[in-house]
Formats: sequence, structure tokens, C-alpha cells
Amino acid sequence: MQSESATQSSLLQEASLAKDLAAVVSGLHVYYGQRLALDNISLDVREKHVTALIGPSGCGKSTLLRCFNRLNDLIDDCHVQGQIRIFNRNIYHPDEDIVALRRQVGMVFQRPNPFPKSIFDNVAYGVRLQQKLSSRELREIVRWSLKAAALWDEVKDRLDESALQLSSGQQQRLVIARALAVKPKVLLLDEPASNLDPISMLKLEELINELKTNYTIIIVTHNMQQAARVSDYTAFIDQGRLIEMADTRSLFTHPQQKQTEDYITGRYG
Amino acid sequence: MSLKLNQHISREYNAELERIRSQVLRMGGLVESQLTQSVRALRKADTSLAVEVQNADGRINQLEVEIDAECTEIVARRQPAASDLRLIMGVSKIISDLERIGDEAKRIAKMTNTDLAGHLPEHMNMEIGYMADLARTMLHDVLDAFARLDADDALEIAQRDRQIDLKYESITRQLITYMVQDVKTIPTALAVMWAVRSLERIGDRAQNIAEHLIYLVRGEDVRHVPLDDLLQ
Repeated sequence: MQSESATQSSLLQEASLAKDLAAVVSGLHVYYGQRLALDNISLDVREKHVTALIGPSGCGKSTLLRCFNRLNDLIDDCHVQGQIRIFNRNIYHPDEDIVALRRQVGMVFQRPNPFPKSIFDNVAYGVRLQQKLSSRELREIVRWSLKAAALWDEVKDRLDESALQLSSGQQQRLVIARALAVKPKVLLLDEPASNLDPISMLKLEELINELKTNYTIIIVTHNMQQAARVSDYTAFIDQGRLIEMADTRSLFTHPQQKQTEDYITGRYG
Repeated sequence: MSLKLNQHISREYNAELERIRSQVLRMGGLVESQLTQSVRALRKADTSLAVEVQNADGRINQLEVEIDAECTEIVARRQPAASDLRLIMGVSKIISDLERIGDEAKRIAKMTNTDLAGHLPEHMNMEIGYMADLARTMLHDVLDAFARLDADDALEIAQRDRQIDLKYESITRQLITYMVQDVKTIPTALAVMWAVRSLERIGDRAQNIAEHLIYLVRGEDVRHVPLDDLLQ
């Protein structure tokens, strides 16, 4: 096992010197009751880039993802040690405003979860909770969000129809639009494409590629080829530990750790 | 990190990669034999052997096409990563160099004609034999290193191209001397010049193969890097 500083690629080190980091995780431990789910994770997430978290089922990658918006707080016996700084603010500080945090760090799940409301109301939902806007301003935000999520052209003539009538690929883009509407800086995507057909998946990947010009994206995926296609950096996690993190190009052509090699080439370790 | 082809969860994938490796070795064996035969034909002015060599080149070309198709299929179906990806990319380059070595052997065979027998001085015949041995051993050893996926050996073999280059220069100088001294030797000397030029190219190709092998085992691209830097 290499030292922690050595598991990050030089590109990331450059980024950290340049201070364009969206998130810095240091010495993170997560316990579910007595069980250690994440063991001393330290990694940097570069702003306006895509970072993929890969690893076998149960390795802790989704747990790590949920730490970035403190979604683990909702699990009773979950206990977090260590630090995550997002835009240089310690989000585990006792005074942290969790509602504000989750506005800044949006999340999209494996199963698209639109509300049983119209397409328009789905996107407007979070915005309405957040601020009082005129209907013209609200329409503008909904239009902008649907455009940013590459869904506008498909739904612009039926904004009043139920969101549940959309295909699952469209629903997934709708919940991304809903997340974008409240103007987050970071987007967490938890297996966003695993229930989509190949074409919808490619559309979603294309969307991720467009979104990264304005947002920092952290994506958890089982699909290694997807991680290779969409991400700039990849972290491989196994049994709660960060085994290796590097720019995606190096990690998929020349990983430094045997465990990474075995995982991405489909060998039994 | 050592390269293991046979530890994939998919046994079919193991078999596909293993098959590619053995196909490359088969192709390499054919190329090596073509080289041996072409040099023998040249040195003994054996035109019928030279014709055999020229006819056998088609089999090498065919193998290159087959192996390339298998590599493409693996990329399409398996989306190889890391060492598997490097193996496929490396093999695809190695077989292209092997095919070119086959072409050079064919060219050496083409230079064979009965006139050579009387005109080639014994000393020159031995020099060609010596240079051909260097090239053939280099090819043999790099194929052997490929069979074992041994990057350390590949690095040592890559350096041997220098000896072949030096031999090429010295033979060229001697040929020029013959031609200056006696114009009647010019046709023979030119034929020999073409042949040793081919041997020199074979050394370059064998060095390329060694470099591809280092890449596929270690993941570092050593092309265009001075060998002295690599040895440090």
C-alpha cells in the first residue's frame, strides 16, 4: 500500500496547488454501528471536473458519496469522523446549515424519483421552497433548468403533464433539472444510469459532459466503461479503503495497484 | 506488477487472450524461419530455396490479418482495460513489425541469384552470416521474451540493435572498397548491399518489438527514449 499522498495523481496535486478544489476529504471514517464502512479516506475533488467513485458492491462508494451532502445523517447508527471541506467550509462543523448544504450539493439517485406532479412543478418544487418568485421568473428558471438538463426540447409543449408519464431516461434528466433549478455547485450522481437503456445512458453521459463546464460532479457507478468515458478522475475503493486515485486516463491504462488492475480487468484478486 | 493472462473471471476471455498470444508466437516462429532460410539461400546462392521463401511470405501476411481481426473483436466485445488493453494494443503493433520482418526476409531471398556464388568473397559471405546471426538471435530472443512477458529481457534485447548497426556500417564500407577496386563486383555488391540493408531493418523492427513488449508489460512507452536513460 502506498502512502496516502502517493495515491493521488500529480494532476490532482497540481490542482490542489492551484486551489481549484471543490471538495477536500481528509481522514474520513464512517461507522454503521460498530462496523467500519469507510477507513481513513482522504481525497481531493477538483472543481468543474467529473470524479468517479468505482469499486465492488458494498465497498463504501455510495456511503462516501452520501457524506458530501450529509445524507448519512439520516441513518440512525451512522457515525462520521474526519473532515470534508466543500469550497473550504467544513461541512461536518456543528454549526453547518444542512439545508443550505444540500442546496449547494445536489443529488440524483439510481432510480429516477420524480414527484407525482406535473413536469413544471417537479422542477419548480425546490425553487418555490427557497424563494418567492413571480410566475414569469419561475417559468424562466424551469425553462433554464430543463434546457441545462437537455430535456427542454422533448417536454416544452407538455409541461403540465404528469412527470410520471416520461420515460425513465427522461425522468432521470428531469430530476437532474430539478437539482439544477436550485443552483447547486456540486452534483452527486449515485448510479444515475443503471436503470437506463443504452441510448438514454449515452444521452445522460453527454449531459454530464456538458454540465461539468459549470458544475463539479461526483458520480458513483458500477459500470467501469462509463467511469472511463465520463470522468476526469477516478477513485477505486475496496472494503472501505481508497486503493488508488488518479486521472482516469492513467487509471484505466496503467493502474499502479494490483487490486485496481484486478478489478478493472475483471480478474479475481 | 506481473502480467497474468489467465486470471479473469471469464474463462472464455482467458482463452481468447491466450490464443492471441500463441498466434503471435506462431507467426514469430514462421518469420524467424523465413529469415533463416532467406539468409541461407543468399549465402549458398540457392535460388530454389529463395523461391520457397518468397512463396511462404503469404502465410505470414494472412496470420497478421487474422490476429488483427481477433484483436479488434476483443476490443469490441470485451472493452479491455489496463494490462489487457496494453496487451491488445502491443500485439497489434508487434504483428505489424513481424510482418515487415517477413517482407525483409522476402527481399533478401529476392537478392539471391546464381551469379552471387562465384562473386561473393568468402570473407564477405562470413560477415553476412555473422550479421544475420545477430539479427536472427535478436528476433528469436525478443519472441522468447514475449512468450514470458519479460520486460527486463526486452530492455536488454533492445540494446543489441546497436551491434547490428555497427556491423551494417562495416560491411557497407567493405562493399564500397570492392566496388572501387573492381567495377565487375558492382552487381554483386549492390545485391549484398540490399540484403544487409534488410538485415539492418530487421534489427530496427526487433527493437520495436522489444519496446512494444516493455510497454505492454510495464505500461511505460519507451519509444524514442535513449536506451541509456532507461538503463539508469
